[in-house]
Amino acid sequence: MRSPGLARVVVTHAALTALTVATIFPVLWVVKMALTPSSTFSMSVNPFPTEVSLENFSAVVGTHDATGSWLFGRQLFNSLLVSGITAAMGVTLACTAGYALSRWNFPGRDRMMAAFLLTQMFPGVVMAIPLYLLLDALGLLDSMAGLILVYSTTTVPFATWNLKGYFDTIPKDLEEAAMLDGASRWTTFTRIILPLARPAIAVTALFAFMTAWNEFILAATLLGDERAYTLPVVLNGYVGEFSAEWGNFAAGAILVSLPVTALFFILQRQLVEGLTAGGVKG
Amino acid sequence: MATLSFAGVEKRYGVVQVLHRVDLEVADGEFIVLVGPSGCGKSTLLRCIAGLEEITGGELRIDGRRVNDVAPRDRDVAMVFQSYALYPHMTVRENMGFALSLQKHPETVPRVEAAAAMLGLSHLLDRFPRELSGGQRQRVAMGRAIVRRPKVFLFDEPLSNLDASLRNQVRVELRRQHAALRTTTVYVTHDQTEALTLADRIVVLNGGVVQQVGTPDELYFEPRNRFVAGFIGSPGMNFLERLEDHVVGVRPNDVVLGAGPHEAEVEVVEKLGFESMIHLRLGEEALVARVEGATPTGRVRLDFARAYRFDRATGERRG
Repeated sequence: MRSPGLARVVVTHAALTALTVATIFPVLWVVKMALTPSSTFSMSVNPFPTEVSLENFSAVVGTHDATGSWLFGRQLFNSLLVSGITAAMGVTLACTAGYALSRWNFPGRDRMMAAFLLTQMFPGVVMAIPLYLLLDALGLLDSMAGLILVYSTTTVPFATWNLKGYFDTIPKDLEEAAMLDGASRWTTFTRIILPLARPAIAVTALFAFMTAWNEFILAATLLGDERAYTLPVVLNGYVGEFSAEWGNFAAGAILVSLPVTALFFILQRQLVEGLTAGGVKG
Repeated sequence: MATLSFAGVEKRYGVVQVLHRVDLEVADGEFIVLVGPSGCGKSTLLRCIAGLEEITGGELRIDGRRVNDVAPRDRDVAMVFQSYALYPHMTVRENMGFALSLQKHPETVPRVEAAAAMLGLSHLLDRFPRELSGGQRQRVAMGRAIVRRPKVFLFDEPLSNLDASLRNQVRVELRRQHAALRTTTVYVTHDQTEALTLADRIVVLNGGVVQQVGTPDELYFEPRNRFVAGFIGSPGMNFLERLEDHVVGVRPNDVVLGAGPHEAEVEVVEKLGFESMIHLRLGEEALVARVEGATPTGRVRLDFARAYRFDRATGERRG
């Protein structure tokens, strides 16, 4: 291979450096905001903090409600619960639904797929009011169950499409071989199909979790009691109409992004496999 | 071990009929080869035996039991797929033992090990399919079938993904396995050489219709129609349209050069070492002769040691 000329190397690296700085700069700024005590914060462009304290973090984590119980802990638990159950439910339902849609041709199948796709086209704001009225009628406002239900209406169709696409790539021969080997439909599904779809399931689960974890508009609409808040709603509370506690907001933002980052690292290998799946045969 | 019985078996997809009234009795321990051009229905027939395709007419019996509506897993048949269909996330050991482990069979381990030893796979038992060569995968697929000791073995073009030398080797191996196990076997191929070398009896299919059922010798020497005559034997039979009222069929090795009632022109000589293929022009028609030793040039006289006659319209044998 011919080695590229010096000019080319310089230009490439300059471009990459500019891009990297542009990407990292806001993140560094958030870190700076989080670490600088609010009294001394200045709007200088320097992305590195001149004074370091954990004051903002302790303020965010240490909130308590009127009865004196730990509010942040409660809200973190809400977020984990809603996201975790949304992901688990989404993947479970989508695995069976996606498999059925991939393997059987039944009346209404194509229309069902189209309807699933259609649900993805409405932004959250459009659905907020109707969903509010529905949940109100069901008595599910301010409840985790209500929020999980709402999130599942968007994650299940997406996850179903995603997994159906992956199941389509698994050769039918494998199922036929398993059935001749004496496996029932269910055994074939759990022993052959699901293990082979693991990368796709991991990607889908992560996506469902992240969607629920980061969702703000619906949560803000449907939750009124601060004890029922999820973390994005809490974060929003720091930036009010008349005052903005940027330091608390930044510290909260970092705390909120930690679990998702951790999940990404844990699932990294599966993710790469999932994203490249189908690229190599066999 | 089992017999197989087809009585008027039909398969139809909507208006398209892919199998027309198949009648066939397969004896216990017999090696049957289904052969025909692609799209002739041979794989469909095999899948009907497995239960992977439903029969839309007639009756199929395995060991006397009607299986039309029996699920694949309850038929006690094992199949080797063209793609091998090995479970990618299981080791060779797990692949071969899958069926028995589902039944929690106490002999799973010894049977897998015995089959692996028989097929020379013992040192590969803990590998994954992706770590094996094509020939090794093929043997694992066979091993997976053997371990089960099923009533019937089904093979769907199992050699088509192997290179030529390996294919010959596995063909002999298959024959040896069958001699040892004597399990009733149905084998699908489009390769007539495979059919002739492996089969006790061959079923020739064309357009979903059974053309002829017989031993390799019967099909070769007594073909019932023009299709069978042309399909079985390599190189294929010469068909001369203008010599008589019927179509005259002559196998290349039945063309005797040197003397006889016909005169032909030598066009091309293909030397194959031990023998040669002589491409001749007889009037307006082309024919091939297979000869050993000296090859002629120019004009030669020739005779037919043996000729078949087929009806011009129906292709049925007339003499």
